[in-house]
Amino acid sequence: MLKRDVREKLIAIVGEENVEDNNASLLAYSYDSTARYQALPDAMVAPRNKHEVAAVVKVCNEHRIPIVPRGSGTNLCAGTTPSEGGIVLIFKHMRKILEIDDENLTITVQSGVYTKDILEAAQQVGLFYPPDPGSMHISQIGGNISENSGGLRGLKYGVTRDYVLGLEIVLPNGEIIQTGGKLAKDVAGYDLTRLYVGAEGTLGIITEAILKLIPQPETKQTMLALYHDLEAAAESVSAIIANRIIPATLEFLDQATVQVVEDYAKIGLPTEAKAVLLIEQDGAAEVVARDMEKIAALCRGNRAFDVQIAETNEEAEQLTAARRTALSALSRLKPTTILEDATVPRSKIAKMVKAIGEIADKYQLTICTFGHAGDGNLHPTCLTDARNEQEIELVEKAFAEIFEKAVELGGTITGEHGVGMMKLPYLHLKAGEHGLEAMRRIKKALDPNAIMNPGKMFAPHTKQSTGVEK
Amino acid sequence: MDTQEKQRIQSAFQEKMDYDELMNCTRCGFCLPSCPTYVETGRNEVHSPRGRIALMKGVVDGVIEPSEEVKESIDLCLGCRACEPVCPSGVHFGRLLEQARDAIYQSKKPTLPEKVMKGIFLKNIFPQQTRMIGLTGLLSFYQRSGAQKLAQATGVMKLFPETMRTMEKVLPTVPKRAEMKERPRHLQPLHTTRKKKVAFFSGCLMDTMFMKTNDATIKLLQYAGCEIVVPETQACCGALHGHSGELEQAREMAKRNIVAFEASEVDYIITNAGGCGAFLVEYAHLLKNDPDWHERAEGFCAKIKDITRILVELDFHKQPLSLPEQIVTYQDSCHLKNGQKTFMEPRQLLESISGVQYVEMTDASRCCGSAGIYNIVQSKMSMQILDYKMEQAMKTNAKTIVTANPGCLLQTKLGIEREGLSKDMDAVHIVDFLLAAFERANDNKQVAEQVAAAQI
Repeated sequence: MLKRDVREKLIAIVGEENVEDNNASLLAYSYDSTARYQALPDAMVAPRNKHEVAAVVKVCNEHRIPIVPRGSGTNLCAGTTPSEGGIVLIFKHMRKILEIDDENLTITVQSGVYTKDILEAAQQVGLFYPPDPGSMHISQIGGNISENSGGLRGLKYGVTRDYVLGLEIVLPNGEIIQTGGKLAKDVAGYDLTRLYVGAEGTLGIITEAILKLIPQPETKQTMLALYHDLEAAAESVSAIIANRIIPATLEFLDQATVQVVEDYAKIGLPTEAKAVLLIEQDGAAEVVARDMEKIAALCRGNRAFDVQIAETNEEAEQLTAARRTALSALSRLKPTTILEDATVPRSKIAKMVKAIGEIADKYQLTICTFGHAGDGNLHPTCLTDARNEQEIELVEKAFAEIFEKAVELGGTITGEHGVGMMKLPYLHLKAGEHGLEAMRRIKKALDPNAIMNPGKMFAPHTKQSTGVEK
Repeated sequence: MDTQEKQRIQSAFQEKMDYDELMNCTRCGFCLPSCPTYVETGRNEVHSPRGRIALMKGVVDGVIEPSEEVKESIDLCLGCRACEPVCPSGVHFGRLLEQARDAIYQSKKPTLPEKVMKGIFLKNIFPQQTRMIGLTGLLSFYQRSGAQKLAQATGVMKLFPETMRTMEKVLPTVPKRAEMKERPRHLQPLHTTRKKKVAFFSGCLMDTMFMKTNDATIKLLQYAGCEIVVPETQACCGALHGHSGELEQAREMAKRNIVAFEASEVDYIITNAGGCGAFLVEYAHLLKNDPDWHERAEGFCAKIKDITRILVELDFHKQPLSLPEQIVTYQDSCHLKNGQKTFMEPRQLLESISGVQYVEMTDASRCCGSAGIYNIVQSKMSMQILDYKMEQAMKTNAKTIVTANPGCLLQTKLGIEREGLSKDMDAVHIVDFLLAAFERANDNKQVAEQVAAAQI
């Protein structure tokens, strides 16, 4: 519970209706999309503009109250679970698209804008915002930037980081800074923009962003390649890239995933296949046609038993939309789905897929795998039941092995979901002790009181807050 | 609520909530944009499907107590189930909502208005069709005797809340008591061969206040080639009870209906109210723990079909249908769409009427805010939702808003009245609209034939 004077200060800043601390509100902001993580905050605060954000941060900094900035709570690393209490700060009043600049090809937005609305606004003027995380129709851009979200188009177009040109940030001391700008080139000082992309809300609060837009590709084609075994599919991925073709999307789904997705979407997916590749290419019509032909030949050459090209835009749209539901659809099979996003260099996809299968067998777990095969970003998803503690223990062991294997293959513990609380115990595997220490020092320099999203990325903070009562 | 009451509610949650169903929610958030109350409260997670499920689970797990705010979140839900078709995990939200309301309202001391509402309407009037007839008869007297004009002229109605005042204006002119009692119980196809034998679920409100629409439904079925029985012993479907936390009573209604319809051996049981149909198809789930009834309920559920579905199945839309030139738009009944997956058929039927230009409104499938008795008990939110709906309807320039459920029909009429558009716009039930189109086309055909005959 917030101390009364703190509560009153916050109300004085944002208004009574924007501070909620009844038990229903606390519970509703106690979770994100990550299974098995939940903790009640002390209040939910909804500032109406950046000045209010800054004023709220000052109060919290003075009283050492944790702040958890939260978009739509769709992250998968327990990145917005208020594990140390404090306030959950939401952006429901800050959801304006401020400007589309079609001379500089940029869009300026507030943090609470939905990712999908940015894409649609760009498309209306013939431009394109490529990053498309699975939850883009509901995720907020502030969250995407803080998690450096990826998506289905990462292979050809990169991830959120590649489109952030400038940021407006409220620092943990309450000062507001602007970084970057509508600039293709800018080397004035440290690249703070890049530092804050993917900082998971541990270094400050993003209130506005200038994003890069690119011309809308002229055409697009979508294809499914079907396989009798997983490795043939993985080898096709390597073959496509090795032949100097970069598809816009190159997704991999195993049989269990295809079956549940079909069960939900009912669009006639090939449930008899052991593995399916969903491949998309965009660009000028003749280039797309040529690439698709080559890709089809490469898939067949790597033992695809069938290759199907979507006949219409609607059909293509259905296929990608169905793929987006994979994770949630998997949860139909078992009460709890725990998913990771171990990522390897794409040449190692086949090895990683094989290793995941072996680890699942070793611990006798059901692990379905789908993901962005083209960029080496896999989503091994374990279907389990949080109530079965014995099995959960095995799941944790299995994932620890998967992470180790990924790093051993030159990969990383998380490609696009972030560290949060979920991968905190494994960060040293990737960053190394010295790397981790460097990160800790940055954190300490910018947020000496450790108020910003504590308990994420690094081990929990133990200092007692002076602004809340137990 | 006092501590004891909260404890009772909490135990009821633990006893009544389907925990597996609660666990099925992965909190992915895909439901958020589909939820009218999440949108209208300016993205308040407490008033979202994901938030509500978390609250229910939180109460079961003992993380939070069932406070007033928890109850408010459950109460403010429309029960439109728009979150169900967009849920990749397939959570049956409607069932969870009914369980939660049952847990709250069966353990809580009712407030006076709740007592009146439930005691009189749910327990005594809706279950007894003769009483529905009696009550509607009173309304008929009110409308025909001049009392309505008197009430409107004297301003007595001003004493009622705004929603009820406007509602009073848009109520249909109801049939007389004698008309309601003399419904034929067995009818044959008209001007065509017999293709199917069906039973008609006439409903409580539909068979009294909206009897004209029921008559039209039966006529359409006759024209489409159906032999129809209308079982006399059928009862109200129990949806209003189920949605208001009176599940035990809903089960009683279900059993009565199963018995009433088992007697007549038919291909389908036809409904013309989305809300009733969606509840009827849930009977098997409602009675799943009752071994004597579960199988019988499954047989019953398998036969439920909305009128628009059977009309398309029997190619009714391929017959000549015509109406004066006009733009028409369709407001989905939430329970017809989300509960019975029926949304293509009404559009298909409307598009096949010559003279009709069908224009889809934005968010046609978003709830209109009627939601059973929601527009009376949650008037403010209901009107906010209705305002959005009317804004979208007006953008289509439609002359007619077609609906497929009595609640939606009244609410849409209320919206038209509130916007001051009653001269330019009307709301009708799809059945009445189709019958008018069929009869007009047939009249035209007869005239044409007579002209042709005269010329020979």
